Amino acid sequence: MRIIGLSIAVAGFLASPLAAEPVAPGDVKYEDGVVEASLTGVAGDPANGRDVFKNRKLGNCLACHVNADMPEESFHGEVGPEMTGAADRWEEQELRAIVANSKMVFEDSIMPAFYQNAGFERTLEKFEGKTILTAQQVEDVLAYLQTLKE
Amino acid sequence: MKTLKVLVSTACFVGMAVSTHAEESAALSIDGQEFTIQTAAPAHAENLDEVTSGWIYRAKETQALQLDDFDNPGFVFVDQAIDLWNEVDGGEGKACASCHDDVEQFAGLRTTLPRVEGGKVVTMEDLVNTCRTDHMGAEPWKYSGGQMTAMTALIGLQSRGMPMNVAIDGEAAEFWEEGKELYYTRVGQLDMACSNCHEDNYDTMIRADHLSQGQTNGFPTYRLKNAKLNSTHARFKGCMKNIRAEPYKVGGEEFKSLELYIASRGQGLSVETPSVRN
Ligand code: HEC
Ligand code: HEC
Ligand code: HEC
Repeated sequence: MRIIGLSIAVAGFLASPLAAEPVAPGDVKYEDGVVEASLTGVAGDPANGRDVFKNRKLGNCLACHVNADMPEESFHGEVGPEMTGAADRWEEQELRAIVANSKMVFEDSIMPAFYQNAGFERTLEKFEGKTILTAQQVEDVLAYLQTLKE
Repeated sequence: MKTLKVLVSTACFVGMAVSTHAEESAALSIDGQEFTIQTAAPAHAENLDEVTSGWIYRAKETQALQLDDFDNPGFVFVDQAIDLWNEVDGGEGKACASCHDDVEQFAGLRTTLPRVEGGKVVTMEDLVNTCRTDHMGAEPWKYSGGQMTAMTALIGLQSRGMPMNVAIDGEAAEFWEEGKELYYTRVGQLDMACSNCHEDNYDTMIRADHLSQGQTNGFPTYRLKNAKLNSTHARFKGCMKNIRAEPYKVGGEEFKSLELYIASRGQGLSVETPSVRN
């Protein structure tokens, strides 16, 4: 009796959205260009997301996207679309799919998959098996992108 | 929307102080010699209409350094190579000059390299090291080391202004195909191929860098970034590391095939050795 009660409690704990375990990269559910559920269950922090966007060692999104919200940054790439109005063009769930794995939305995109850790060729050892961003950093970027309205 | 555009371009302007888009009118001429920096793409580069030299995309200040050999820091290394040319080394007691009376005899050689011989891709570096080991009884130079890049710059310089013209048929065909395959293969954590940047997106800014077609006609290249001559393979390696990919071996088969393929994409562009890039 006791043992059963305990295992139920454990299972309940694991399933709880408050648990710190993020969705593993391989378990992210892409459905028609959309990822419905948060990767972490923790609301994204737009201020941190803004840093992830410009930080060369994190998202480095600015390498490819002009972002009028960051006039203080000198170098804005122009490989992808400008970011202004991204929040008007895309729902949060669509943005999640675009950032986690853009190829699920844009076929053959040059844009890297930021939450994907397998299926790459010749990855440098120190990045092998790793995602570019953590699940929470993805959620933070999403929170930030949602502030980019026309 | 308009304010936004202005803001952005101001930001770019201030930060770069230099690089904007390629100027249509820019022309490369050194000491009265005209260079072909833009020409119709060869048929085998089927996704390109035109081929363009990397010089076009550099900032004005960087471009200027290549216009005068006295300003071109690459010539410091060319001078070092002239000394090496005359320097006896190895068991045979010979220098390059013992057998090749003048380095000018190599005019045109650079345009045809790499070439395929005896079932192998042969690069300029291979030719030099063959002479060192087989004719001089000397140790081979490090493939991408200082002495080697200096010497390949000196020999390449003899072909400056001549159009790239590598053979891709016959024996070369299979290596060319292999190089092409590598060019279009996505690698690394960023999952990109050479083509993603240098074919699909040349002439756009990727953060602070103005993307070129990644041509090799200027190699070895003096880079402001590391203040030395850089070999073709060192550049390939750098690009692969940037996309977080494990580079192929410098001087190895993969890079040699890739070098052959990329050289063929630049068919018709003038040799610019030693070029100046950032
Ligand atoms: C190497 C280039 C590159 C990088 C780096 C990059 N992107 Fe993109 N992105 C693109 C391209 C190109 C597209 C357009 C879709 C396509 O053609 O593949 C795009 C599309 C998008 C879109 C949809 C654009 C719209 O408004 O329609 C969003 C949003 C986006 N990216 C966000 C990001 C974020 C956030 C990051 C960093 C975490 C990032 N991108 C990093 C190249 C890039
Ligand atoms: C003892 C004679 C000898 C010496 C010393 C020598 N070479 Fe050579 N080199 C040759 C011969 C002979 C060839 C023709 C190809 C062969 O048989 O290897 C050649 C070929 C070459 C080629 C290829 C030319 C072509 O058209 O394919 C290059 C480049 C070259 N040498 C550079 C050098 C350099 C640089 C040095 C000094 C580091 C050097 N050689 C030293 C004898 C020599
Ligand atoms: C993420 C973008 C990107 C990718 C992918 C990439 N490169 Fe580059 N490459 C650059 C940038 C930026 C430069 C410096 C500016 C320029 O010349 O384009 C450069 C420069 C070069 C140059 C020097 C051109 C010159 O005129 O001096 C060569 C050659 C080159 N790349 C080859 C390659 C090869 C080969 C691959 C694939 C293995 C590759 N690149 C992949 C971004 C990239």
